Amino acid sequence: MNTDPILSVANVSKRFGGTLASHDLSLDLYEGEVLALAGDNGAGKSTLIKMISGVHSPDSGEILFRGQTLSRRSPQEVRDLGIETIYQDLALADNLDVGVNIFLGRERMKKICGIPVLDRKTMREESRGALKHLGIVLNDLSMPVRYLSGGQRQAIAISRAVYWQAKLIIMDEPTAALGVPEQREVKSLIRRLKAEGVSIIFISHNLTDIFDVSDRILVLERGRKAGERLIGDTNEDEVVGMMMGRILDDQ
Amino acid sequence: MVFFEVWSWIVYERTFFGNLYNVQSVLLTATQILMMALGLTLVIISAGIDLSIGFIAGLAAVTMAVVIRALPELPPALSFSLGITAGIAVALVPGMINGWLIAKLKVPSFIGTLGMFGVTRGVAFLIAGGATVSISNSTAKAFGNGKLLDTIPIPVVVAIVVTLLFHYLLKYTRFGLYTYAMGGNIQSAIRAGVNTTKITFFIYILSAFTAALAGLFYTARFSAGAADAGEPILLNAVAAVFIGGASLTGGSGTIAGTVIGSLIIAIIQFGLVFIGMPPFWQFITVGMVIIIAVLIDQSRDKIARSTTVATS
Repeated sequence: MNTDPILSVANVSKRFGGTLASHDLSLDLYEGEVLALAGDNGAGKSTLIKMISGVHSPDSGEILFRGQTLSRRSPQEVRDLGIETIYQDLALADNLDVGVNIFLGRERMKKICGIPVLDRKTMREESRGALKHLGIVLNDLSMPVRYLSGGQRQAIAISRAVYWQAKLIIMDEPTAALGVPEQREVKSLIRRLKAEGVSIIFISHNLTDIFDVSDRILVLERGRKAGERLIGDTNEDEVVGMMMGRILDDQ
Repeated sequence: MVFFEVWSWIVYERTFFGNLYNVQSVLLTATQILMMALGLTLVIISAGIDLSIGFIAGLAAVTMAVVIRALPELPPALSFSLGITAGIAVALVPGMINGWLIAKLKVPSFIGTLGMFGVTRGVAFLIAGGATVSISNSTAKAFGNGKLLDTIPIPVVVAIVVTLLFHYLLKYTRFGLYTYAMGGNIQSAIRAGVNTTKITFFIYILSAFTAALAGLFYTARFSAGAADAGEPILLNAVAAVFIGGASLTGGSGTIAGTVIGSLIIAIIQFGLVFIGMPPFWQFITVGMVIIIAVLIDQSRDKIARSTTVATS
């Protein structure tokens, strides 16, 4: 493992009107590491990931990704640097097929008699490869994604990130809307990504999921960092205590 | 279709579709509808609506007629070309305003184009001076009523070319794909880096463009420009797009479907005249057809949903 962190958040604060959504937050993330972000509603989890993904820029503090600052970059620029964010609504176009969804915004074109046309076949075939790479097999890739299950759609969103060489994938509640077998599939996907050296930050309310797949957990409470633990050094009771504000690390 | 053919045999003891004149008239009527419906198809796929196209067509029609009338000393071919150019140019202005309102200022398309419906209507009547502007131009006449190889009306030929172009745009280009993506889930399109503002802007310009063509065909065919030339076609164009399989929620629809929809409406319309129904029945019939098409679309969606749930 590389000794330099891939992502480094240093003393970041963000205020929305009278609310201090993030208060002096710091975290380091290493290559191939899975970090769980926990906390009650309104604890500042979304604000933190939105600052990393370029949706919000911090009022103070600095975020570095592979040595480059992320402050004042647009979401698109952040993506181009290799950070993909997968939101709860999956950000798929339901009416389009799998191939097109994986390539949306970066389509493959070909020429027929000198006229440029979309190369749907190549996009579909490369998507099949990208999905297979993550151990996902779908028979019909020409079907609109709305007809696929929640787990399959999640897999497509993740494949999309991986295909485009994301080095850090941020997932917002990746297992929230899924049935138990599908949650298991998504968790095995996370392990596979980790094995390939991809770093992952995921928000979850589900402590079982967090203890299953993450290396470290960071708990937020009303914008502050309530605590940060290696997963082997803590237990569910302590995490709940931090979430409730009963345990607060003195930093 | 079968109904009108059978009626024709019973009442007139002759064929309906076997008659070349009838087929040409149906095709011309379908062309008028299709021209307005082509641009509207893009708008509806992107989850918008364009209510202003009826009077954009009227605006193009009267602008063309006024320009041709103002230039009687020029050779007819030249004044015709100038009339066409002016008609399209003037009609693109409300298209751009629609695009700007909806793409930039985020005005809901229903409201934005409803506002422009009123504005273009007023401007079209102002340009026309309140009345129909008749012209006498041999080129316009030849264009509007001429026939390729003595069989296919010229406007139909032009419509086929424009239709193929739109089919290409929608099915084979990034622009078309982004139009579908925006209709499916605009957030996903934005996150994928699609410039939705630019795409929306172009969609409404293209909508105005095809509406303008419908207006120009009208002026050429009847040697007169009327401000309300396109007004009755709006309903038909909306019906054609929905019959063609588009969904009001956006994300679906095809050019081929819209072509079929336009033909169906044209056959109903011409057929009703043929069997001697008062013209007002056309509106009633087409209105009901729109509602039925949308009901079918909804139930199709429900069936698709229930079968996926059952198999997953």
